[in-house]
Amino acid sequence: MIIDKILYILANAVNNGMPVLFGSTGEIMTEKSGHLNLGIPGIMAVGGISGVVTAFFYQQVEGRSKFLMILLPLLATLLGSLVMGLIYCFLTVTLRANQNVTGLALTTFGIGIGNFFGASIIKLSHSSLTSVRIDETSKLFKATLPFAKKLGAFGQLFFSYRFLVYLGIIIAVVCAYILKRTRVGLHLRAVGENPATADAAGINVNRYKYVSTCVGSMIAGLGGLFYCIDKNGWSNDNIGPLGWLAIALVIFAMWRPNLAIFGSILFGLLLNLYDLIPALDLNIKFPHGYDKLFKMVPYIVTVIVLIITSARKKRENQPPASLGLNYFREDR
Amino acid sequence: MNKTAAAKEKKTREPLFHIVKKSGIVWWKAWLIRIAAVIAALMVVAVITLVMTGQNPLEMYKAMLDGAVGNSTRTWNLLQDTALLLLVALAVTPAFKMRFWNIGAQGQVLAGVLATTACLRYFTDKLPTPLLFVVMILCAILAGAVWAVIPSIFKAYLNTNETLFTLMMNYIAINLVAFFCFRWSKNSGNDVIGLINRKSKVGWLPEIGGNKFLLIVLTVAVLTVVSFIYLKYSKHGYELSVVGESENTARYIGINVKSVVIRTVILSGAICGLAGFLLVSGVHHTMTTEVEGGRGFTAIIVSWMAHFNPFYMILTSFLIVFMEKGAIQVASSKNLQLDDNFSSIVIGIIILFIIGCEFFINYKIKFKSKNKEEEALKQ
Repeated sequence: MIIDKILYILANAVNNGMPVLFGSTGEIMTEKSGHLNLGIPGIMAVGGISGVVTAFFYQQVEGRSKFLMILLPLLATLLGSLVMGLIYCFLTVTLRANQNVTGLALTTFGIGIGNFFGASIIKLSHSSLTSVRIDETSKLFKATLPFAKKLGAFGQLFFSYRFLVYLGIIIAVVCAYILKRTRVGLHLRAVGENPATADAAGINVNRYKYVSTCVGSMIAGLGGLFYCIDKNGWSNDNIGPLGWLAIALVIFAMWRPNLAIFGSILFGLLLNLYDLIPALDLNIKFPHGYDKLFKMVPYIVTVIVLIITSARKKRENQPPASLGLNYFREDR
Repeated sequence: MNKTAAAKEKKTREPLFHIVKKSGIVWWKAWLIRIAAVIAALMVVAVITLVMTGQNPLEMYKAMLDGAVGNSTRTWNLLQDTALLLLVALAVTPAFKMRFWNIGAQGQVLAGVLATTACLRYFTDKLPTPLLFVVMILCAILAGAVWAVIPSIFKAYLNTNETLFTLMMNYIAINLVAFFCFRWSKNSGNDVIGLINRKSKVGWLPEIGGNKFLLIVLTVAVLTVVSFIYLKYSKHGYELSVVGESENTARYIGINVKSVVIRTVILSGAICGLAGFLLVSGVHHTMTTEVEGGRGFTAIIVSWMAHFNPFYMILTSFLIVFMEKGAIQVASSKNLQLDDNFSSIVIGIIILFIIGCEFFINYKIKFKSKNKEEEALKQ
């Protein structure tokens, strides 16, 4: 019994934390090139809505194939978030605009796009449906391996998730490997630490910044899609907070995607704390309304972690040295 | 021999152009570039609206103008919202000039909102009205300042990342407000407080000459002038701009950096708290999690676009509120009835263009000149 409960809570936490993991893996890749992208919430929103809108339209097509039902939203999400990443790159890398301001503007813009199309797509497309729901598509996305349940607790623990969960974890692990063990990762870190030196060593600084930021945006966009799939459609104003948590998780995980996996599970647990209380049979009852106080917990935990990491001041836990500073070759 | 050297030089690939920093630019040229950026943004907006809604761009601009200044109520509303956005921008400016990225204006305003609402709830019957106003203003200012000072202390002593700290304080504030909306709601369950003192109007900001918007606009106008003087001519203003330029220089000339940081951020939070008071007592007369209306983020952009100059901020905040009101009118017009968030898209596009155009003010592109090659040949 107790094992079942723990497994249930864990599975719940993994699913809730997954959008945050996608977002923060993407943000780590971006920050490693020296760019603090505060546009992640907006990018996640655009990624999510692109996928939702595509799924919504493809669902109404006669003779739809299951394969395309998964592929098309995925591609749309990647494309949508890539465009957002390119806007950010063009402004901050090529035009050297202030990164914080550009990021915030992109967040306003992206969340606006998400909320606008989430509410208006039916009117714009003259559809007869009443709400933007993508149940059919999300059912496919939520499919799990059939043999997981037969394997008992072990199967439940490792094989009972949707494929996007495994994708998220694989992306995080691959990113960690690239950053730490490959030449590309070494160059990328050099660009983020000291672009002038990297430039002198013959590394194409702008190309690294562009590629890492755009790839990071696409990864983050998948987080938005994951959240929308989870909710069977677009839900207003919920992706924003998740995006900010993703940026916070970057510091929590000390710029290591592999640590972000565990961090995201913890965040997932904290995000859903109030709903998990009945499952724990603790005989404590909180009246409705107190869920708001529980919703503060992940943010308070993040603040505490921020304070602790800044107090410890370990050298390997610090952000990339030139984070937030734009690079101009003639500016020394 | 010279020829071969020149030929050799020609073989090395030269980039088509390179970018140089401008040493300065005439003020009218800078403004011309900015105006061009806004016009370009408006054209993009028109194209997007045309594609999505099929509305004639000219019609759209007309609807926008109508939505912003169509009648006297709309014009006053525009002025009031400009004033409120300007107030929050004034609040975040000193901190930004010091390179303290206070993204928590939202939380600090909400702290002020919460404090004001609490005062209205508990002191309406117990205090005479003038005293009630004093208590409300002081509590709101204090609440905003407290919400801001917590991250600043950690920033000053432990160098904790203030961007994320203030951001997290936003969500703590939002959920706190949501919780008290639930606690103070009339019939618990719907989380709606409703208008406070609906009949007696106690604690509502007084109207000047029958105009309920005027007092807010005047208050902010006075504060704009004061903060211009504070930033430009006071010792405090000098100190915080030195800290912003270089902390080491500040330390060298004997400025206590820690106390400047904390002092400035307290000021920032206090003004945010005041904005919270104005929102409750002057505009909404109730508390929801939405009363702040995203001004905290927009204010940062307003302040940055105006290069931290309070008088330019009047212009930038007016531009943004104008576009916001206009876009809402376009989207929600009778034959379209689209979502209000259309305004966020419009504002986003305009802001991104203005951010981008700064490049053309600060840098110039030098194309590979043919003169150089000729010179090389002559040698």
